[in-house]
Amino acid sequence: MEAHTTPLPGAAAPAPRTRAVESTATWRRRDRIGLALCWAAGILLCLIAFGLVAYMAVRGVQYLKLDLLTTRPLSDLDQSKTGGFLDPIIGTVILTVVGTLLALPLGVATAVWITEYARPSWLARAVESGVEMVAGTPSIVLAIFGLLLFSESVFSFLSFTAQGGAVFGRSFFTAGAMMSLIALPLVFGSTREALQSIPGHVREASYALGKTKAATIRRVLLPTARPGIATGTALGMGRIAGDTAIVVILLGATLQLQSAGDTPGLSTLKGTGSTLTSYVYNNSPAGEGNAPEKAYAAAFVLLLIVIALNFAIDLLSNKRKAPTWSG
Amino acid sequence: MTDRRVELLLGALASVVLLLIVGMVIFVFTKAWPSFANNGLKWFGPGGNVDDQLIDIFNSPANPANYVYKLRAYPLIYGTAITTIGAVVIGLTFALLSAIFIVEFAPPRLRAVLEPVVRLLAAVPSVIYGLIGILVLVPFIGNDLITAEQKKSVAFVVQLSGSSLLVAVVILTVMITPIMIAIIVDALRSVPRSWTEGASALGVNRWRVIWTISVRAARPAIIAAAVLATARALGEAIMLSMVSGSVGFAPNPLDGLTFLFEPTRPLAATIVDNAEGLSVKPFGQTIYAFAAVLLVSSLLLSLSGWAAKQPLKRYGVRA
Repeated sequence: MEAHTTPLPGAAAPAPRTRAVESTATWRRRDRIGLALCWAAGILLCLIAFGLVAYMAVRGVQYLKLDLLTTRPLSDLDQSKTGGFLDPIIGTVILTVVGTLLALPLGVATAVWITEYARPSWLARAVESGVEMVAGTPSIVLAIFGLLLFSESVFSFLSFTAQGGAVFGRSFFTAGAMMSLIALPLVFGSTREALQSIPGHVREASYALGKTKAATIRRVLLPTARPGIATGTALGMGRIAGDTAIVVILLGATLQLQSAGDTPGLSTLKGTGSTLTSYVYNNSPAGEGNAPEKAYAAAFVLLLIVIALNFAIDLLSNKRKAPTWSG
Repeated sequence: MTDRRVELLLGALASVVLLLIVGMVIFVFTKAWPSFANNGLKWFGPGGNVDDQLIDIFNSPANPANYVYKLRAYPLIYGTAITTIGAVVIGLTFALLSAIFIVEFAPPRLRAVLEPVVRLLAAVPSVIYGLIGILVLVPFIGNDLITAEQKKSVAFVVQLSGSSLLVAVVILTVMITPIMIAIIVDALRSVPRSWTEGASALGVNRWRVIWTISVRAARPAIIAAAVLATARALGEAIMLSMVSGSVGFAPNPLDGLTFLFEPTRPLAATIVDNAEGLSVKPFGQTIYAFAAVLLVSSLLLSLSGWAAKQPLKRYGVRA
């Protein structure tokens, strides 16, 4: 089957598969109704997507001003004085970076261990279902679990500690740690997929040259799996940038970045802040700010980020497919 | 020598994930236990106004012996179930039809547009869907669709503002459908070509081929898609807290069409709305009890998703 569809190297590209054109006039009515429903569903899907993007674009262009991007948010009753959303943009970037930096090594290590070692097998199976469970856990549950966990005094170095010794538990560190759990299954999944698609004889060739298993992983397998890892990471970054529940609960969702401690850099990470998602939430009628224009503008920026990430995923997964091992 | 160490290191990192999930289940359940223990099975039953009960719990006396725990969470559970089931049922039908369209009937140019569109819709953050819901759909329904009589007919129990079950289900459907479409498209594509070609050779028309052969072969993947979408819908908190009305009310199907316009509030949205009170001990324990219910439901879902994938492996089809 497959052999016919893969062109031999150097051979001319096969003619595109042609479909026999079939008139639907001879179909039974039930079949024609089914076909019509399919068309309706497909067109509705397009309409929803274009409606959504067009609406957000119109609102975004209408309300987005350059100074919104460069001024810090302030709390004021007068909407013209509440500033822009510089801090939430920085917050989104910091949180995405922290989450990705934690999820990437953990996800890749887990995937490598599952595909290359997986001993003892009961542990491997347990880890696999564990990752699956993380993927199925609602982010709101992760958020309040994180709050419970990081309010323990053992983790006081990660966040702000109040006078009485109560650990606040909310910071970029703690939110990033929980965000990494959201990205983890995606990184894990695509890394494993990439590793599994590398045929066994590639590993054997490497062993035959006297490389150890560890060296094979580092020099042969991981570089080959890089496009897969990158795709998974980009997917994970999209999920982190788009998640709201964890930000609202674990980042404090304060208007401005508030640092804790004196060490520059570290203090920001230990402090609280907000991201674009929580800014949109707080400025929607459901939140405290209630400034729909700003919510629209921020949502438009967020949508652009997501579209850019989507585009990156397309490039990553299409451009350089894994090398063909056969032939 | 280093080889052995690498294996141990990687294995340890992998076990961290496992430890985290086990820790999460234990942590959440220990924290939630007092709420379940004090209410027994009645926790899940109806009785009284759940919002008033939550306020009572929040205001319970400082003395641990006098903590108030009384809670009848039925309206919240009912709200979760009805929004989830509504969205998954509508979404699954729609996703199946769209997937068939993309795989079989769409003209190549339209298909080239549709596939990125599906991926884009799947990636749009839920807060953007919520924003559109609360700023566009809710005012539209509140001002134009709900009649004054409908508002009056239920005014003694609940106010109709437009934030309603209808908006919640519609937006939730738009959110979860793309995930299902992506999975079903993959599954329909991986049905062995010889099966469908065999049917075509017998003179069966294209619709019958895809409906009786491909869709049937992809049934496990369709179930898996529904399971994944259900998990997403169950856990959606922010969007639902924005558009569902945030009233602990169980919409009553006996109200006829008005039923669709009645507000509700699922479990996940309840957690977000009440996160401020987590530091009040009995209240926090009640909130963690909601989380525990969500956690158990998602564990059960993962389990059924795993079970649904098993028959696929027999055909060598990957979901």
